[in-house]
Amino acid sequence: MTKISVRVDGVSYSDEVEPRTLLVHYLREQLGKVGTVVGCDTSNCGACTVDLDGQSVKSCSVLAVQADGGEVVTIEGLAENNTLHPMQQAFHDNHALQCGYCTPGMIMAARDLLKRNPNPSEDEIREGIEGNLCRCTGYVNIVRAVQQAAGAKS
Amino acid sequence: MIPASFDYARPTSVSEAVSALGAAGEDGKVLAGGQSLIPVLRLRLAYPSTIVDVGRIEELRGVRDDGDAIVIGAMTTHDSVMNDALVQQHAPLIAQATATVADPQVRHRGTFGGALAHADPAGDLGAVALALDCEFVAHGPSGERRIAASDFFEDYLTTALSAEEILTSIRVPKLGAGWSSHYEKFNRVAQAWSIVAVAAVVKRSNGSIEQARVGLTNMGSTPLRASAVEAALAGADASAEAIGAAAEHAAEGTSAPSDLSGKADYREHLARVLTKRAVLTASGV
Amino acid sequence: MTAVEERRAAEIGQSRRRKEDHHLITGATTWTDNLTLPGMLHLAMLRSPLAHARITGVDTSGAKSRPGVIGVFTGQDFKDSQGSLPCAWAPEGLVNVNTPSIAVDQVNFAGEIVAVVAARSRTEAQDALEAIEVDYDPLPAVTHMEAALADGADLVHPATESNHIYRWEFESGAAGTGDPIQQTIDSAEVTVQRRFIQQRLIPAFMEPRATVVQPINGGITMWTSTQIPHILRTLLGVTVGIEEHKVRVIAPDVGGGFGGKIAVMPEEVLCTLIARALNKPVKWCESRSESLLSAHHGRDQIQDITITAKKDGTVTGLDVHLFADMGAYNRLFGPSVPVLGAFMFNAIYKFDAYRFVSEGVYTTKTPTDAYRGAGRPEATFAIERIMDELAVELGMDPMELRRKNWIKREEFPFTTVAGLTYDSGDYDAATDKALALMGWDELRREQAERRERKDPVQLGLGISTFTEMCGLAPSRVLGSLAFGAGGWEHASVRMLATGKVEVVTGASPHGQGHETAFSQIVADKLGVAFEDVEIIHGDTQSSPKGLDTYGSRSLAVGGAAIVKAADKVVAKARTIAAHMLEASEDDLEFEDGSFSVKGSPGSSVALGEIAFATFLGHNLPDGIEPSLDADATYDPVNFSFPHGTHLCAVDIDTETGFTKIRKYVCVDDIGKPINPLIIEGQVHGGLAQGIAQALFEEAVYDESGNLTTGTFVDYTVPSAADLPTFVTDRNETPSTYNDLGVKGVGEAGTIASTPAVINAVVDALRPFGVNDIQMPATPERVWRAIHGQEKSGRAEGGTNAYGGATTDGGAL
Repeated sequence: MTKISVRVDGVSYSDEVEPRTLLVHYLREQLGKVGTVVGCDTSNCGACTVDLDGQSVKSCSVLAVQADGGEVVTIEGLAENNTLHPMQQAFHDNHALQCGYCTPGMIMAARDLLKRNPNPSEDEIREGIEGNLCRCTGYVNIVRAVQQAAGAKS
Repeated sequence: MIPASFDYARPTSVSEAVSALGAAGEDGKVLAGGQSLIPVLRLRLAYPSTIVDVGRIEELRGVRDDGDAIVIGAMTTHDSVMNDALVQQHAPLIAQATATVADPQVRHRGTFGGALAHADPAGDLGAVALALDCEFVAHGPSGERRIAASDFFEDYLTTALSAEEILTSIRVPKLGAGWSSHYEKFNRVAQAWSIVAVAAVVKRSNGSIEQARVGLTNMGSTPLRASAVEAALAGADASAEAIGAAAEHAAEGTSAPSDLSGKADYREHLARVLTKRAVLTASGV
Repeated sequence: MTAVEERRAAEIGQSRRRKEDHHLITGATTWTDNLTLPGMLHLAMLRSPLAHARITGVDTSGAKSRPGVIGVFTGQDFKDSQGSLPCAWAPEGLVNVNTPSIAVDQVNFAGEIVAVVAARSRTEAQDALEAIEVDYDPLPAVTHMEAALADGADLVHPATESNHIYRWEFESGAAGTGDPIQQTIDSAEVTVQRRFIQQRLIPAFMEPRATVVQPINGGITMWTSTQIPHILRTLLGVTVGIEEHKVRVIAPDVGGGFGGKIAVMPEEVLCTLIARALNKPVKWCESRSESLLSAHHGRDQIQDITITAKKDGTVTGLDVHLFADMGAYNRLFGPSVPVLGAFMFNAIYKFDAYRFVSEGVYTTKTPTDAYRGAGRPEATFAIERIMDELAVELGMDPMELRRKNWIKREEFPFTTVAGLTYDSGDYDAATDKALALMGWDELRREQAERRERKDPVQLGLGISTFTEMCGLAPSRVLGSLAFGAGGWEHASVRMLATGKVEVVTGASPHGQGHETAFSQIVADKLGVAFEDVEIIHGDTQSSPKGLDTYGSRSLAVGGAAIVKAADKVVAKARTIAAHMLEASEDDLEFEDGSFSVKGSPGSSVALGEIAFATFLGHNLPDGIEPSLDADATYDPVNFSFPHGTHLCAVDIDTETGFTKIRKYVCVDDIGKPINPLIIEGQVHGGLAQGIAQALFEEAVYDESGNLTTGTFVDYTVPSAADLPTFVTDRNETPSTYNDLGVKGVGEAGTIASTPAVINAVVDALRPFGVNDIQMPATPERVWRAIHGQEKSGRAEGGTNAYGGATTDGGAL
């Protein structure tokens, strides 16, 4: 077991983990942060996307020990004082989710995209979320949501 | 799925890493960004006894100017590489090809050196390293050595690195005046590996091509140089006809795989088409 | 202010934002895998690496001694208790073998469960799997349907005489719904034949399947990622011998289904058996590679289609023969899936004669069952593809050929050659709108110009004018087709003391937006606020009756049941209101949630007041029970028949074979819209899946029966970067068979889009002599088609093995 310290959604945690523990499993099973989900085992689907030290990552392809000393933001940490993050609001407004399983990762990826490129073109949005698979929406409304969130920012 | 159990070492210097790798023996494995290794571990396709995580070795990160070359630390992430001013200025081919690697999240974790050391012939950076005549800097128990790109890739997922060596940096010769480059990638869906891709660097002078180097992705068990194309391009007119004729040699000396994305003959055809496009774009024809 | 201005806006027809969203966008979800119970054990399944083998020994001793392992189970442990997984379709002559949840002495597909570990943690369970030793005696893999039916073929199941499962036939002459087919074919002026391949697909819902079972009070409570909690409750009890009233099934948040979660899963059975054996709660959650390998697959048909016509383009006969790959076992609805398409091949066209023959085949592959559209995408693909080929044969424009043959608006209700009566439609209106949105004529001109100058990037234009039968279904129809279930749906509407409303539905959503759409309906019917309606579903204890969600039935059947229950509530409220207002019931009118006495303004009582008065019960009319709620169980009299016109333009790079969708337009007529926003979302998602069949996805097996597309690296679900923005619009022709006038939209996009895309691809390649292409139309297949590497113009695959539907030996 290895001791790690991680800040997740503004709260500091110190835990013993097996080195092989994936960050997503640490979040879900040791911290109870079940808002972040697992959708595949080859880092294709992006459902597990969280923010690690200011960058979107697939938490199924990061070991918990690699996040030691790091700062993690998950879907559960986006809303502040019960006010939705603009990207969460945009997903709701634009019907950018159906079953909602890809949604936490999709929102985290889209949020990261706008941090880097505040005014993306449609193609840039589509490429910016190409690491996240959605089986329900056909992506059209997700693109619209990102456009709305970008407009709200700029 | 969950990886099988392993011991974990997290050195903070290259020498510590080399020692840890030596102590781990044959079943030790270096963890760089983990974007190829961790999925492999999860699917339990590999059972390393010890993982040596080089992620905390600061000297392995970053890009620096070293006169006639730029030096990319092996642990520099794809995202850092593609956005680095030195890379964009002196090796735009690397910036362009790196931007096509996987997706943003993977590029935030995956590293330049890690991808090259993984040596997947479908990976985009091997052909680029060949086309740019990069030099690989490795550290092992007996110190530093440099390996030419042409000697680095030995077989499928196999490099010239010994079990006790780690790749520390890659020296990329600066492309001087008159040189230009292009990476032409072809895949089925956006996040898929290349079916075939071509990296071309071209030096033009007075309406002709003085010199060209062409690297091929996924046309054999390693990334390859399209030597016959390069020979045909040397001194050729910078015209669509001459470039097209040279590109017809693209599949010579290759041994393309056959898999779900394409049989060998289709890949050979793609190599010719994509080489033509890469060289045309690189030469601005 | 006038009364008109005071009226609340109608909810039906509004693009309400979804009630479901908040917990999904904040991560406060209840996926089954999120659930942890005290003392819960974790299960991991050991699956066969071989497609076909006798099990000669299983040694679990090593696994039993691994840390944290509580139990290891094999088929021998459950051979007497596991029962046989149900198949709810039993036509005369169906060959159905025992369908185990865990293999006892033989495995029949790669991925079949051979042992289960129960351990204290997920990790320990997975580790212990590696310590189980199974000895296999390999048997020949059976991977190709036609080879499986040949004389002397290796048998999948030793107890059967052949791999042939059933033959199901409909023929219009015999049925009295049209002319005899053979006579029509024999006298045909023009005949076109094609063999089409419906490749094997994987539903690939985003939430991997998961199940938690808690043994309780001599029965079980099961949380599971299912589309069918009610059907599961009944059938699970029957399968493993627990009385129905001792089984409670809960479908919490369910992350997509697309038919893939219409199942009594082997893992659900095993969780039940092991939870009861150990008297502990257990959880199983699959990995993605486990899901792709072992959750049921879809499609996988070989279709031989013959169409006949007069020289003037009037279609006369349609003859359909198909082989359907069931995989190793008949699962819940597997063999019936082709039959759900049996009445749809004739589509919107007026044929004189029709025959449909489906034959089911066992192979040593993952079982197939419902996947979005289930039978109808296959039918629509075949008819829309062959209409294009007939148009070429006749030298007609493909849209003109369709127009000449489709049912006209004024001909509804129309009884087809397959014997179904279509409710309503306006194919001309939808088509005209779609053509205008597409800029069709301009694209045709551009196509001609690019063909003329031999542009290496060629433009192709494709059409699909589709209909589907949805709103499964009238129970008597299902009965006549040998289904072991009805097609009704149940609803309860309950007024609470404070005027709030609880609605219980037997539909079981997994992403569709039922809570929002049903709330809109009830808000209008009762005149209450949208926010004051709570929809209760997905738990057999709180929603005890229902037949669940599939076949685009939730609104057309489940929604109609809610309307009937709401009407009963209003009727009872009327009696109480009359008492409260001291008026005659006949003198009351109900509007915007209040009863008032006609012609007597000012005298009114709101539904909320009536609810409270009922709750008090102090002063109710004689003989009235103090409750204001009602149940309704609705069995539709007919299906509904949405339709639409889908148009696709593709750019094909003829040098590489790469196909890019340049524009996609669809105009769907799904009857009256309840929530246009949700409708559009359903269409978008359906299109993505139909397009994925055309261009991207295929479950590929090698010759030894191994799935080679076992991860998302190889099973290429498209991302945002692979799809265009779709142009969608609607036309409205209300259904005449339910009170809401609704039809159904869940499957429309998937059913319609596949042939539109492939017709576009083939259209682009016609100058190269191409007249067909196998799906998915990968760059390699397109390139090979251009270069005429197959006699039929059909492309060769990327490997020497396909899904069961291969073109070997049968190309026309």
